[in-house]
Amino acid sequence: MGGLRGGQPPSTVAPLAFLPYPNADAPSEDLIARCVHCGLCLPTCPTFAVLGVEMDSPRGRIRLMKNVWEGRLGADAAAFDDHMNTCLDCRACETACPSGVEFGKLVEGARSQIVAARNASLGERVIRFVALDALLPHRRALAAFARFSYLSKRLGAGAALRAIGTVSHAARRLAGLLELVPDQAPTSEGLPRTVAAHGTRRARAALFGGCVQRAVFGATNAATARVLARNGVEVTVIEDQTCCGALHAHAGERDGARALARRNIAAFERAGADVVVVNAAGCGAALKEYGWLLKDDPAWHDRAARFASTVRDATEYLAEIGLREKPGPVRAKATYDDPCHLLHGQKVREQPRALLAAIPELTVVPLVEADWCCGSAGTYNVTRPELSRQLLERKVGHIKSTGAELVVTANPGCLMQIQSGLRREAPAVRVVHLIDLLDEAYGAS
Amino acid sequence: MDVLGRGKVVATREDMLTYEYDGSADTASPDAVVLPETTADVAAVARFCHEHGVPIVPRGAGTGLSGGAIPVEGGVVMSFARMARILEIDVPNLRAVVQPGVVNLHLSTAVAPHGLYFVPDPSSQKACTLGGNVAENSGGPHTLAYGVTTNHVTGLEIVLSDGTIARLGGKAVEDEGYDLVGTFVGSEGTLGMVTEITVKLTPLAEDRRTVLAAFTTMDQASETVSAIIASGVVPAAIEMMDNLSTQAVEESVHAGYPLDAGGILLVEVEGVRDGLEDARERIEAICRANGASSLRLAATALEREKLWAGRKGAFAAMGRLAPDYYVQDGVIPRTRLPEILRRVNEAAASRGLRIANVFHAGDGNLHPLIVFDLRKEPDALRRAQEAGLEILAACVEAGGSITGEHGVGMEKNCFMPLQFRPDDLAAMRRVKDAFDPAGLANPGKVFPTPSRCREFSLGAVR
Ligand SMILES: Cc1cc2nc3c(=O)[nH]c(=O)nc-3n(C[C@H](O)[C@H](O)[C@H](O)COP(=O)(O)OP(=O)(O)OC[C@H]3O[C@@H](n4cnc5c(N)ncnc54)[C@H](O)[C@@H]3O)c2cc1C
Ligand code: SF4
Ligand code: SF4
Repeated sequence: MGGLRGGQPPSTVAPLAFLPYPNADAPSEDLIARCVHCGLCLPTCPTFAVLGVEMDSPRGRIRLMKNVWEGRLGADAAAFDDHMNTCLDCRACETACPSGVEFGKLVEGARSQIVAARNASLGERVIRFVALDALLPHRRALAAFARFSYLSKRLGAGAALRAIGTVSHAARRLAGLLELVPDQAPTSEGLPRTVAAHGTRRARAALFGGCVQRAVFGATNAATARVLARNGVEVTVIEDQTCCGALHAHAGERDGARALARRNIAAFERAGADVVVVNAAGCGAALKEYGWLLKDDPAWHDRAARFASTVRDATEYLAEIGLREKPGPVRAKATYDDPCHLLHGQKVREQPRALLAAIPELTVVPLVEADWCCGSAGTYNVTRPELSRQLLERKVGHIKSTGAELVVTANPGCLMQIQSGLRREAPAVRVVHLIDLLDEAYGAS
Repeated sequence: MDVLGRGKVVATREDMLTYEYDGSADTASPDAVVLPETTADVAAVARFCHEHGVPIVPRGAGTGLSGGAIPVEGGVVMSFARMARILEIDVPNLRAVVQPGVVNLHLSTAVAPHGLYFVPDPSSQKACTLGGNVAENSGGPHTLAYGVTTNHVTGLEIVLSDGTIARLGGKAVEDEGYDLVGTFVGSEGTLGMVTEITVKLTPLAEDRRTVLAAFTTMDQASETVSAIIASGVVPAAIEMMDNLSTQAVEESVHAGYPLDAGGILLVEVEGVRDGLEDARERIEAICRANGASSLRLAATALEREKLWAGRKGAFAAMGRLAPDYYVQDGVIPRTRLPEILRRVNEAAASRGLRIANVFHAGDGNLHPLIVFDLRKEPDALRRAQEAGLEILAACVEAGGSITGEHGVGMEKNCFMPLQFRPDDLAAMRRVKDAFDPAGLANPGKVFPTPSRCREFSLGAVR
């Protein structure tokens, strides 16, 4: 309106003063145009709740993305980097938005531009290389790291590192990583290639093993295969699959994510299963978005979209086909915490709750703010430790007030984060993956 | 500004880009943004600004639809996002004392365990703040039966633009002296800042019935509204949507809104359980008599919630139709609904604009939403404003007003002469001058400003 009445329209600066988006992964103007700046998403945003500033709200972040298109802000601006990376990529704002703004695509697009626009500092590059290129795609290296972490934790390395951490930033970050290593010993026990369905076969599923889970959550993968098999699904585990690329995409490394996606698509096409089942919400959300990730690659786009349409979260799939065999009783009081990338990323809400309700004698009590991020958010606990800690404390507080002895979730990242929060505050409360709990319940029947 | 100390001021150019807008189509850049945490902070900033002649623009959640929180004359934007504590819940006296940044719905959620709620429920209630509600005297679907914000506020703490801290009213309903609480409610930040609010709490209804009625034409739906009101049944809410709105809303919530209806009504009755069924039957009979093509009763709480989520997210769902919208807020006598709605649609169609109508029909409070894509039609906003002017003129002519609940702000200040004579405006001006002699409290709002309103030759419309 300002223009019409000659008020004070926002100052416009010569467009060439700011760096525009470097490439086609930029958050598109069409996706941005969906946002009518109504503000309805604000109260669901954890970073807005904690910081109380518009630039760390979904609406503010979208506006900054728009400002880059308008030439009023550089894609390489430090503030742009800061606000895009303070975002948890939890996508709670997507669930809240009546206009259907796809915020995950926007913020991941924005981050890719920051990576492309800025020469990352040397230290940052080393950490990125070790984490994203050397560890994640390589199962054995990751398994070795996991075993090392588990051991060093048992040896009290975390405490030692934290002490050093008061002087060294890098040591503090490592100590943070160690905190996240789960209490159970890593099992890289190999799964058999095929697990036969019990009774008549209803479908053939290929299990997505993931990288982090395979290294430290081998047991959950085995449990997933057992639970599926019990319900009439034949499960294959294919060897040439690799990391899903979610962490790459969240970090703005889209080329890296695309390379991994192509390998996975080819591998799963060869397996020729009816569905691809995944038990890590973060991976599932990434796999379901392969079509978008490869949207500008004509050779791969259709294959990617087809692959994506076969992906199901394990809880989603089990609820869809229905439990054929009744689980045994679990006498406990439990509460369920929604993983962001399951609830907001994949819109899977009722299915896990239905599975819990199917376990006899399990009392399920609601968790306040179950739809809020626990602060894990990929590598957030490492990149924004202070905010992550505040969110974790909030989560732990709500968990404690339920009086539940069992916290059920459906994503390894959340599991590790919540476990690390409860370890100090309420060591008696156990955190468990829903599929592991189902598997236990079946064991009890 | 060291008045507040570190962490409470946003002053970089990049960060301030996110304080240029609110829920409306207006924008302007602030010179600084402050984030007070206490009344003392607010007063300190006010004293500083007063000394230096700098305007202060209060900001709640920035969901406003008339540009109220936009610093049209520059100055300091004062965000209340960090003054968001519920200070007291006084169950026996049915009162709560809150800071202005408390989100409307958070208050109702907090008092729900006591069987209470805060009545005004703007469709933006998930996000908008009580400070914003007070400033705009907001209404909502359920204010039809129970009154708007001003009927539910009994006390305020305010800070004037020179830093004076004053308390108006309290927990009691009646107070001696001038009704300054009533004066402050709806003043859109132009009299000063609200730093504490005492509100009335209301017992939740025992039960409710929510009916969705579909009609072939908007005329039939409009006639039904008049007929329901005339019948003596007092619904808690009567909301109306046209086909375009319904399309956008259904895509967003998948609540089963009928996509082929020309117009739909969402009618709710509530109260003690006895008699509810009777009221529902009477409403359904009236709908049928006026040609309803289908009737649906929300069978579960979840179904009801979904229907309301659709209605309440309707403005925001416009993003599914086009990136930009311009919404008007005129009020008309309910009996004139069919005729004025036709004029509303003509005002848009004759200018080649798409229009969606979703509004508080029971209050006669229209919300024509003109949707467009500024990237493709750069002059659409101007055409929309022209249509808006014509629509508001029609409302005033029919005996209504130019704003029901969204406020005047910088969006409609140029239209004020449609409704008020120069002397009316001068009387209002004196109230403003009494509270804010220096003219620093949210300047450029409510009153027509000569520099910005010159282009509106209202004489031609009148
Ligand atoms: C999707 C949507 C639906 C809506 N539905 C409705 C509806 O049904 N009914 C309705 O009435 N409105 C509705 N609105 C408009 C808007 O939400 C209301 O006007 C709301 O009260 C604004 O609150 P806010 O906190 O966002 O205030 P803001 O937009 O931030 O500010 C609004 C005005 O209040 C002033 N202000 C804010 N806080 C203070 C304070 N502490 N002291 C003094 N002045 C202050 C500002 O200066 C400004 O003039 C809707 C908006 C949207 C986006
Ligand atoms: S993202 Fe959606 S909810 Fe948030 S401001 Fe934009 S349109 Fe509104
Ligand atoms: S993804 Fe999460 S943290 Fe990021 S803007 Fe949305 S709600 Fe906020």
